[in-house]
Amino acid sequence: MANYDFPQDLRYSREDEWVRTEGERVTIGVTDYAQQQLGDIVFVELPEVGRTFEKGEPFGVIESVKAVSDLFAPISGEVKEINPALAEAPESVNEDCYGEGWMIVIVPADSTEVSALLDAGAYAQHVESRTD
Amino acid sequence: MTRNASTGIAYEEDLLFEHSRPGRVGFALPARDVPEVDAGALLGADAVRDDLPGLPELSEVDVVRHFTRMSTWNAAVDLALYPLGSCTMKYNPKINERMARLPGFAAAHPLADPARCQGLLELMVRLEEGLCEVSGMDHVSLQPAAGAQGELAGVMMIRALHEARGERRRVVLVPDSAHGTNPASAALNGFDVVSVPSGDDGILHPEAVEAVMTDEVAALMVTNPNTLGLFERHIGAICEIVHARGGLVYLDGANLNALLGVARPGDMGVDVMHFNLHKTFSTPHGGGGPGSGPVGIKAALAPHLPVPVVRRDDDGSYRLDSDLPGSIGRLHGSHGNAGMLVRAFTYLRSLGAEGIRRCGEMAVLNANYLRVRLSDHYHVPYDGMVMHECVFSDKHLADTGVTTMDVAKRLIDHGYHPPTIYFPLIVPGALMIEPTESESLEGLDRFADTLIEIAQEARDDPETVRSAPHRTRHRRLDETRAARKPVLRWQPDPAS
Amino acid sequence: MRYVPHTEADIQQMLEAIGCERVEDLFDAIPEKLRLTGPLALPAGLSEQEVEAELGALAERNDHAQGMPWFLGAGTYAHHIPSAVDAIASRSEFTTAYTPYQAEISQGTLQAIFEWQTMTAGLVGLDVSNASMYDGASATAEAAMMALRITRRSKVAVTEGLHPHYRQVLETYLGGLGTPVVTVPRGPDGCTVDPTPYLDDDVACLVVQQPAFLGSVERLADAADKAHAAGALLVTSVTEALSLGLLRAPGDQGADIVCGEAQSLGVPMGFGGPHLGFLACHTRHVRQMPGRLVGQTADAEGRRGFVLTLSTREQHIRRERATSNICTNQGLCLLMATIYLALLGRRGLAALAQRNLEKAEYAKSRVRETAGLTLPLSAPTFNEFVVGVEGSAADALARARDAGITGGLDLATHAPEVGPAVLVCTTELCRREDIDALVAALAGGAR
Repeated sequence: MANYDFPQDLRYSREDEWVRTEGERVTIGVTDYAQQQLGDIVFVELPEVGRTFEKGEPFGVIESVKAVSDLFAPISGEVKEINPALAEAPESVNEDCYGEGWMIVIVPADSTEVSALLDAGAYAQHVESRTD
Repeated sequence: MTRNASTGIAYEEDLLFEHSRPGRVGFALPARDVPEVDAGALLGADAVRDDLPGLPELSEVDVVRHFTRMSTWNAAVDLALYPLGSCTMKYNPKINERMARLPGFAAAHPLADPARCQGLLELMVRLEEGLCEVSGMDHVSLQPAAGAQGELAGVMMIRALHEARGERRRVVLVPDSAHGTNPASAALNGFDVVSVPSGDDGILHPEAVEAVMTDEVAALMVTNPNTLGLFERHIGAICEIVHARGGLVYLDGANLNALLGVARPGDMGVDVMHFNLHKTFSTPHGGGGPGSGPVGIKAALAPHLPVPVVRRDDDGSYRLDSDLPGSIGRLHGSHGNAGMLVRAFTYLRSLGAEGIRRCGEMAVLNANYLRVRLSDHYHVPYDGMVMHECVFSDKHLADTGVTTMDVAKRLIDHGYHPPTIYFPLIVPGALMIEPTESESLEGLDRFADTLIEIAQEARDDPETVRSAPHRTRHRRLDETRAARKPVLRWQPDPAS
Repeated sequence: MRYVPHTEADIQQMLEAIGCERVEDLFDAIPEKLRLTGPLALPAGLSEQEVEAELGALAERNDHAQGMPWFLGAGTYAHHIPSAVDAIASRSEFTTAYTPYQAEISQGTLQAIFEWQTMTAGLVGLDVSNASMYDGASATAEAAMMALRITRRSKVAVTEGLHPHYRQVLETYLGGLGTPVVTVPRGPDGCTVDPTPYLDDDVACLVVQQPAFLGSVERLADAADKAHAAGALLVTSVTEALSLGLLRAPGDQGADIVCGEAQSLGVPMGFGGPHLGFLACHTRHVRQMPGRLVGQTADAEGRRGFVLTLSTREQHIRRERATSNICTNQGLCLLMATIYLALLGRRGLAALAQRNLEKAEYAKSRVRETAGLTLPLSAPTFNEFVVGVEGSAADALARARDAGITGGLDLATHAPEVGPAVLVCTTELCRREDIDALVAALAGGAR
């Protein structure tokens, strides 16, 4: 199995998004596994600030040269911020998916949804179970 | 072994715009025989443009050399075997081209009085009849400009028939091995797409269809032979299951070449299908088109055919009939890609019944021969007799780090266009090879030897394979860069 | 069979390798009852010589523009095609290549498409052109669907001046989605009336044909302002691409999407196809654009090259969520038009467009001075215009045909409200004496 980096301080969805909670703000991006699977990312479509999403609803699209995938909201909430740099530099999702490659900031509608997400260990198992 | 290609001169050629020199022209008008007019005064100064700065200034020699040089950078059927699976890159007879250029076809006008286009209308009716006979369908519309438009027309007719029966069905079933146009055509008609899994043997099983078949299903879209090159042997039972619940069966005719003169979709229970004249009926692919995608139907769908319909009257004359209240409407500005219809009709007349069958048989013989020649060297995900194409994968090469993409690019160095790769999606690392009937035994052997050599090279010198092609004018092109920072037109260098 | 190389000995050797006795055994997977038991009911195959005789006889039975003066346009135009166009476009390396998915051995096709995209974008005054659509009608339908996606609105407004066949194709395509289509009527001068009352908050775009079906040059800048004020896009559809050599670029007048038919640029009329649909837009809308696109990139050694790009919009990747189900383009027709534009170039295209205008103005001046003929629409025109006749247009056209001329389109079906009238098109192929003869024939009934 390939080597993936799943930081301990983050929570993960089964659809391969990570979330980082800082007070009211929850930052969302895609995991190392997702970016490796997709390959060279060429485009990320993000929602408008102010839109609200239900958990599990598609909030954007991520494209590599040969594949396209929906981004699913790991939790419900309102979009407060999007990463404007991704329009010009989608490659930062490949280069630094937990940092520069972040996608949106959400204010959660229900904070218990975050704690229901997977921790790093459980997510790693989830990834492994799919790659066998 | 005789090599398929060796090194030659590769010409360099800049873009048209970079050749441009102020004052050059490649064109002359006849002497003016009518008074000059002032366009600005006539149309209003702001309605008229000052200049056409985007166009180059070149002589005829410049232009001819430019494009002739560029032509030498292309692979083509007339140069070598072109084994693209599901694309049926067969030889395109030259007589087709000559016939299409006859002024009575090439300079005819779609809105001219039909009484004065009787030759073309007769050709269309006879081509329709020929396609009906080949496919076992009852009617054909020649209007769709390409396979995907034929599909769109077919799905629209299916929807129209259900609606005429007072039913609003919402679902279209598509096997997981299908071409991407199938779900796209269904979605354009507002249908929800439900995928049907293929069995372990690569074909559809009645139980899998039964499991998802409901009264909500408008149609099953099936490709037969399927994209693995396998005949859907349960097609009869599958059609019965779909029909029993009031659904219809659509056949993607992309792979019809395998069945020519041997079996007919119409006899299998198929209700609607499209043809790809640029695949099965030898019209040229032209670097991506124009195609032609006639759609065939069973009689029940006839009230919904696209208009106009070409009719033969009892007195042997032909006319265009737009009076069809149940029609899905018009799909094309005129009568479809008529020039392609002339070519396909020429082919049908050249072949005749015997020639058609010969094509189907030799296409299948060639595919199976390649399968047998290569099966010890490339992984065969679905074993057994195939129809017009065979699918391999790069699984045997896993330990070398060489992938399907690398094998494809290495084939280029040997003068072959690669097979279809990474399709169908259900075979990881797929290499889909369709040799067509046009290739000779020795040509197939040469191609097989090359692929075997590449498999060996993947073990002996994997880096050479991974970095292929080496002998083309360009090395591997960076698709990621193209997509990240799209440059979709030439711009003058601001410095110059 | 001259297209199949197999000898009996080859077949035997191959069957043996496969492990079959007879060719029929290859088809074992097809259940017996689904197999044909006899030959197809088709006539026997023919030699080339016989094919030529049979097809030649069919070709003879069609009127065509190389055999007589030709004034019929209405979306398909008789123009002179320079010999270099067919000479180059007939080269096997272009005709017998597939879609350029394998970029390293498709640079000829790819560079030609990139050149087409560049020239088309410049001609229409927008940022990006795609690698062609089936024809002008489907390009217009696709443009409207693109506007629906961009604006997320639900209706389409179309001027009465849109080619009736384009309108029908648009309705066929939009019918699948249940989208209503509103008509903005034509005023008495031939141009579209003020569209504002027709543009409510649900209208995604206003589709204006330029020049309109009856030949009138529309006030595009005004239409763009009105469409934008209503929050809609302006889609401009062009059926006579040569007009782009003379008229201000639609993009420069505010059009958001420009689409249409480029058959006039070196593609034979061919009974209506294959022709060359085109579609262009702003960079900001490119991800909603249908059809193939070629982009510039570099190879592993840094050399400039071209590839198909942004293909995630397309059906082979996005499947049911694609921007369109379009798969093929009109590659060879695109090549013809690219060669044509290169030959005519910056000066030639402008001069040819000017000549077409002059022919039309001469013809109109002859109509004006001829008793029994009228010009019912007063708006300016390019190379096509309406001529009112006395009696019936069918009779007038029959008189023209008796004089050996294809005189134009009878408007009885498409625009009965203008009275008995013929839509006449004058290209560079129409000589002064042909125009004089046409005018005389159309007026014949008034003598």
